[in-house]
Amino acid sequence: MARTTVLGRLSWRVATVSSRAPETSRAVTLVLDVPDWPGHRPGQHVDVRLTAEDGYQAERSYSIASAPGDPALALTVERLDDGEVSPWLTTVAAPGDVFELRGPVGGYFVWDGSEADPVLLVGGGSGVVPLMAMARHRARQAIPTRMRLLYSARSEQDLLYRSELDGLAAGDDGFDVVYALTRATPPGWTGYDRRVDGAMLADVSFPERHTSPAFVCGPTPFVEAVANSLVLLGHPPGRVKTERFGPTGGGS
Amino acid sequence: MAVATAMAPDAGGQAPVSRGFSGRPRDRSVGDRLPPGQYLVHDFPVLSAGPTPYVPLDRWDFSVLAVDGSPLARWRWDEFRALPEETVTCDVHCVTKWSKLDMQWRGVSLDVILEGLDVDTAHVMAFADGGYTTNLPVGDATDGQAWIATGYDGHDLEAEHGGPARLLVPHLYFWKSAKWIRGLQLLERDKPGFWEGLGYNNYGDPWREQRYWGD
Repeated sequence: MARTTVLGRLSWRVATVSSRAPETSRAVTLVLDVPDWPGHRPGQHVDVRLTAEDGYQAERSYSIASAPGDPALALTVERLDDGEVSPWLTTVAAPGDVFELRGPVGGYFVWDGSEADPVLLVGGGSGVVPLMAMARHRARQAIPTRMRLLYSARSEQDLLYRSELDGLAAGDDGFDVVYALTRATPPGWTGYDRRVDGAMLADVSFPERHTSPAFVCGPTPFVEAVANSLVLLGHPPGRVKTERFGPTGGGS
Repeated sequence: MAVATAMAPDAGGQAPVSRGFSGRPRDRSVGDRLPPGQYLVHDFPVLSAGPTPYVPLDRWDFSVLAVDGSPLARWRWDEFRALPEETVTCDVHCVTKWSKLDMQWRGVSLDVILEGLDVDTAHVMAFADGGYTTNLPVGDATDGQAWIATGYDGHDLEAEHGGPARLLVPHLYFWKSAKWIRGLQLLERDKPGFWEGLGYNNYGDPWREQRYWGD
């Protein structure tokens, strides 16, 4: 997969919804048809702009869920009750609907497998979306680099991509996923049943953590706590890359 | 329509309507204070590229460096806090599209910091703990347009918001207001800082929606 960098002007393009698939009761994946999409790197996001009949417009940013090599661009969007754009994307947008999009944006929170160090991904809630693009890219391109995802959600029903993640882990010694459910666990649950904490991160982080990269994405308090813990465990601060969002900070 | 943004020039003058989208009720009272593409928030979101650094105040200092890196001036924390401070009330616009109005800061004007120093370049690079940098024209850092803020909303600035001290340049997108700032270096020739080298606009004027390269 050729590297794609942001060059020149990022034009607004018309995206047409080609399909939609519910992921959870609050999150939907939209597969999009975007003519002349320039490609992206795993972890990048796009700006979405909706236009109303009266010309009013609203813009928000959403992480790309698909891998660069996938046949179409896909966004996974979680509905925020007080949101302006996410309710339309998750409950109104249907195949054939159009909106504007520009990107890809963000050249830092990116993992494209160009280095061999094992990589730790830590996602909270819908913060798993850009990390999923990284896991998908690794699988599609058969990149041998070890990757581990620690994924925290409220309950089993709130986990995005559960079956796909389990499938990736089952078929590949180099990838594994560890879940942490913070509110409710089903009978026989073998994952963690608490919030991500320092002891849990010590369990899941690689022996190579003093040199290897980590990507952390989720709500601000989650990212603050995880990033601080990773640094205390010996991850170099410059190797811990973060994306934070709150109800209004990133993807509402 | 007060909050409506201009059509993008490259959209052929006609952005497609997204079926069934109406948006939030238009708030005319703030409409002309929101740059294009921005929306209003009432909380204070946190966005950083890495972990929050924590530097003890007895090891904190603020430097102004010449082009060759030699110090022109340096203040330790207690010396810095002894500089004359101002209260600044301003609107802040983040490139991730939130805007927050009437934020109240406490800080030292860069006019005070640069006073008497031989600033003979047109650009400076702000540098911060954690390795973050951002570049600014000197003309945007002076004349009452930029501060080093140590307080917000009546209390000391919290670490996650850039404490103990952050740059405050409210007329540019907020990534220019470097958190955890430790100094300014004069630049012989302008060059991109951290985000400016990763696809974000070199100048970052929210009113011209200069988010990314080429905007």
